[in-house]
Amino acid sequence: MVVSIEPPVTKTKPTPVVEREEITVRFAGDSGDGMQLVGTQMTNTSAMFGNDVSTFPDFPAEIRAPAGTLAGVSGYQLNFGARKLRTAGDTVNALIAMNPAALKTNVEDLEQGGILVINDDAFNPTNLQKAGYKENPLENGSLERYQLFRIPMEKLTAEACKDTGLTARNIARCKNFYSLGLVYWLYGKSLEPTERWLQDKFGKKADVLSANLKALRAGYYFGETTDMFSVRYLVPAAKIAPGRYRKVTGNEALAMGLITAARLANKPLFYGSYPITPASDILHELSRHKNFDVRTFQAEDEIAAITSVIGASFAGALAVTGTSGPGVALKQEAIALAIMTELPLVIVNVQRGGPSTGLPTKTEQADLHQAIWGRNGEAPCCVLAASTPADCFHMAMEAFRIAVQYMTPVFLLSDGYLANGAEPWLIPDPSKLDKFVVKHPTTHNDTDHFLPYKRNPDLVREWAIPGTPGLEHRVGGLEKRDITGDVCYEPDNHDHMIRLRRQKIDNIAKTVPPLEIYGNTNGGELLVLGWGSTYGPITSAVERCRSKGLDVSSAHLRYLDPMPQNSGEILKKFRRVLIPEMNLGQLRAHIRATFLIDAIGMNKVQGKPFTINEIETQIGSLLHQQNGRKS
Amino acid sequence: MSTESSVIQLTAKDYASDQDIRWCPGCGDYSILQQVKKVLATVGAKRENTVFVSGIGCSSRFPYYMSTYGFHSIHGRAPAVATGVKVANPALDVWVATGDGDGLSIGGNHFLHTIRRNVNLKILLFNNRIYGLTKGQYSPTSPLGKKTKSTPDGSVDYPLHPISVAIGAEATFVARSIDVNVKHLEHVLERAAKHKGTAFVEIYQNCNIFNDMAFEYATSKETKDDTTVFLEHGKPLIFGKDKKKGIRLHGMNPEIVELGGDIKEDDLLFHDEKQVEPSLAYLLSRMHFPEFPEPMGVFRAVERPTYEDMLMGQVDAAVRAKGPGKLEDLYDDGETWVVN
Ligand code: SF4
Repeated sequence: MVVSIEPPVTKTKPTPVVEREEITVRFAGDSGDGMQLVGTQMTNTSAMFGNDVSTFPDFPAEIRAPAGTLAGVSGYQLNFGARKLRTAGDTVNALIAMNPAALKTNVEDLEQGGILVINDDAFNPTNLQKAGYKENPLENGSLERYQLFRIPMEKLTAEACKDTGLTARNIARCKNFYSLGLVYWLYGKSLEPTERWLQDKFGKKADVLSANLKALRAGYYFGETTDMFSVRYLVPAAKIAPGRYRKVTGNEALAMGLITAARLANKPLFYGSYPITPASDILHELSRHKNFDVRTFQAEDEIAAITSVIGASFAGALAVTGTSGPGVALKQEAIALAIMTELPLVIVNVQRGGPSTGLPTKTEQADLHQAIWGRNGEAPCCVLAASTPADCFHMAMEAFRIAVQYMTPVFLLSDGYLANGAEPWLIPDPSKLDKFVVKHPTTHNDTDHFLPYKRNPDLVREWAIPGTPGLEHRVGGLEKRDITGDVCYEPDNHDHMIRLRRQKIDNIAKTVPPLEIYGNTNGGELLVLGWGSTYGPITSAVERCRSKGLDVSSAHLRYLDPMPQNSGEILKKFRRVLIPEMNLGQLRAHIRATFLIDAIGMNKVQGKPFTINEIETQIGSLLHQQNGRKS
Repeated sequence: MSTESSVIQLTAKDYASDQDIRWCPGCGDYSILQQVKKVLATVGAKRENTVFVSGIGCSSRFPYYMSTYGFHSIHGRAPAVATGVKVANPALDVWVATGDGDGLSIGGNHFLHTIRRNVNLKILLFNNRIYGLTKGQYSPTSPLGKKTKSTPDGSVDYPLHPISVAIGAEATFVARSIDVNVKHLEHVLERAAKHKGTAFVEIYQNCNIFNDMAFEYATSKETKDDTTVFLEHGKPLIFGKDKKKGIRLHGMNPEIVELGGDIKEDDLLFHDEKQVEPSLAYLLSRMHFPEFPEPMGVFRAVERPTYEDMLMGQVDAAVRAKGPGKLEDLYDDGETWVVN
């Protein structure tokens, strides 16, 4: 179906409204078109209206790829719903494409019969050529399976803004708000929150404010006055726990979790980091909050970042470094030093597509083995993984809790999907957060001196810090004699210390919450086991399958080393275990090695998350095979 | 718990740990260790507030032999570890012990950046122009043509000159001394201890096992007066057995002149360690044996705000402007909404 609007047909009767459980919209345009901005506005407006929301931006890898090219396309996907959402949506119900390149790179994700809103003005021969189109796709019938709406957004925006006093060039930049206005109309959203936001943002620049407002309203009224769209969609408010909410990305939540831990511990927070996509936003976020005694150090390289963190930890700060996979590879020697010196610190790895430079702006989960095994020697440390953007807040605090309680480096794995994806976050009451008490000894732990490697029953040594008289001691990377910490090359001592360091990490499991089953707590035919950002698609897929009556459950590991104490017991309750991961089977290898369970892999390494549908299909076919065999 | 260390005047001995020293007998490191302990006593350093950080190499065993806090870290990274210590607790006195391989080869990057930030650390570079701990390969300060186990036909690497590198990175304090000239070494170390900012000291250190006599020219009675020149702030550069030779500037270049006759002391180059522009210090750092006597002493000592002072200044300013951070405010950033 193709609708063109010249001349606009005036509406004869109100457009009918259809109710939907959830809708997925994607804004796509050139990176200079302001797609992230309008996507964020749409998200905030939907959330304020009471929808659950889940979003994911898709940035180009190049900072400013030439305008109009495929490499320069920036996208923002929003899923808003009347029910709990766990992903940014599998297939797109409506795509707004601001130029041919945006159309080309995004149209495949649009559902059959989906709404395709096109900025018609951008489909000129130059742009078509830049996008690699030999002929205009709007006119050759190739888009027939979508509802195509060709709207000359630039002309209509220029018309709406002609009296604002802005130059034509600046007016053209308002077309993103025109598209937003139209989408607001289509989904029955109020203009009010965005109008308020524009007021706050451009209050001092009357012409810019007025142009953006006019563009926004013009888009809205366009929907209102033409007969172009045959239906509008409404997504009712979701049932959400009462309270005050804000939207958080994984990186924001992670930064807040780190600050919270330091505040609760009454400690300075030291963040040593080298800029790297997609972790840099944590550095940016933390450096804005110096009044929390946050001390950020932008190091000269990844190694300086981790070693400065080791120094800061030795001196008594809550210290953390953040990076992505390539940075972790560089840090590993130093992480082993922190293991040997038994100092508390956190290493955040916001995983991205690898190996080598790989896909810097895309997501992947292929650093699990690097975190668990990636160092020389027997070098165990604790490994955690956040499961949703908001969960990054909690897991950041957990990482520090374990680091300090067990005097060990702790890996916290996030990924590009969690880092940049956003969801609503129920703002916690700080007074209700668990206390975080950090103790440093001030007296000798032996008759007349201090033994740096004397341990408590959990095998944890004390965190004595410089500035404390009488507890002067030396640490280092050479093997330690048990208890005294003196350099020691004796074979039996080395064997003992190797086992002791491993046992200390295993002891952490005592404080790890048990693994929970979503579904049949007594076990059953199939368990889908996940870790990290696959939580969303796995849980929603299992929910759908269960509603169809399939015997499937799920469990999600947020603690990877050590795993919850009941992990083996839970896995063994199920006849089969499926492990979807965005790698070639790293958790699966770990599970097989640890529990001798022949888990089935489901592996996708495309730089993008699983869809709910993919996992649902896989569950279906596994259970179908099973049934087939039985009958 | 002992608090006496805070009140009682300590002597050099009090800074020694109970560990046996494992350097080869006759190694120049012993002298450096001894002079450092003396200087700590002189400046009244508190053991509990002093931290020695090192990397890997013979010199990096240093922290084990001190009764202060200490960190024997990994190869090349000591300046970065020390930066973390200093930023976490700026009240600590932090020293780095490193060598020519540790500091300038594997750790060259941290060396440069720590110096340029002017973190208030004392960096002692034990330069023996060889890899000792790995048993005798050439180092980045070994001269061209040096025959070692890894360069049986002679090294084809041009050496780095540590003082030139430090000045290039605009170190606020740069000095050189020699292990065997204990008085001079002690004096230079004391100046370094009292400097606020990164203090870099290159110490010519004899490795009697793998590179014995590398600094013979600068230490032997017969030659040292002609091969070294002692820098003193505000004084002309005069050297030689009878103090008859001097350094004069000829255009942009130094030249050796004989005093007496036409040439007076006033014609000579006068040392000015406080010049903000590092050009003079750099010029001095380019004077090498055998063409020139090698300068000993303080090349440069200027003031500049330190990294940690500026960073903590920003933290304090943020607290003054916004008040000590409240978690409520942190969470409430941006748009919020209420679900009833
Ligand atoms: S090898 Fe050389 S530098 Fe190392 S301890 Fe022996 S003499 Fe000293």
